[in-house]
Amino acid sequence: MFISSLLLLASCGSGNKELPILSRQVEKDGELVYQTIPSFSFINQDSQVVSNETFSEKAYVVDFFFTSCPTICPILAQQMLKIHDHFEAEPKLALLSHTIDPKRDTVAKLAHYADNLGVRSDRWHFVTGQKADLYDIADDYFNIVIENADVPEGIDHSGRLVLVDQQKHIRAFCNGTDPAEVDQFIVKIEQLLAEGRKVD
Amino acid sequence: MRIISGVSCIVLLACYLSFHACKDTPYQQGKILYENFCANCHMDDGSGLEGLIPPLAQADYYKKNVIESACLIRNGMDGPVEVNGQTYNQPMPGTDKLTEFEIANILNYINEAWYDDLPYVKLEDVRAMLESCKME
Repeated sequence: MFISSLLLLASCGSGNKELPILSRQVEKDGELVYQTIPSFSFINQDSQVVSNETFSEKAYVVDFFFTSCPTICPILAQQMLKIHDHFEAEPKLALLSHTIDPKRDTVAKLAHYADNLGVRSDRWHFVTGQKADLYDIADDYFNIVIENADVPEGIDHSGRLVLVDQQKHIRAFCNGTDPAEVDQFIVKIEQLLAEGRKVD
Repeated sequence: MRIISGVSCIVLLACYLSFHACKDTPYQQGKILYENFCANCHMDDGSGLEGLIPPLAQADYYKKNVIESACLIRNGMDGPVEVNGQTYNQPMPGTDKLTEFEIANILNYINEAWYDDLPYVKLEDVRAMLESCKME
């Protein structure tokens, strides 16, 4: 009886199911494997290189924006800031915002943006790079970025926030312009971080 | 007789309810326009975004420049601006999609939503202000 209740307790403790892997599956050597985020190398607001290595021991949350975007970006930034503040003391999580307007968003512009949000690069990277690289990797992060002369400032993009684990698999995403969805997303991030601790 | 009094009761009730509905949101069009044209950056509650985008709610700069804000809505703004002791320097895009009437509605919505002591914005004042900052 004692053992069975212990077991029950244990199963309750791990009652949170693991977050599913949402990355696309591809065939490799006759087996289906989950795609990982491909290698990348960008420059952040402090002119430092940000690459896969930067997140080798962290999960991270991704979005796409540009500093002069008058549509969804300020709301995305507000919601990313909510995540940033929620996990302030969490060393295993970082944030990564990609500009999709590298022509105008220089390192100095990104630094100004980050400073005025009151965040630092050891927690939240704002990166720029080659336009093709930025637009290509958006696709890997389930985001859509399209140049469109008919929308304000000429770039149309989805406001999806994406959670990537240490193995570079996508584990959750949400609509970053919907505060209620972002709250659910925060719960999923907590869940992922708890999984990591269990492995440790 | 009973039918008439019943009907008048319903009419009275409807009047009362619609009065209250209107009283809760006296600038319905202004609110919708604010949500479509302003809230992306200044947020639904007028709080702005940290040090990037200044607030509109309880903002000393706005309070001193209510009518002038019509020009900011239409022409945008560039360069630093100090609001409640903090300097903001993020360009604001203007829009030519809003009529002077709609801009007046937005200003009245802002005044009503976040200020107790700002007077009603008159259409002719907005019109005169927009005339003065017309960009060719």
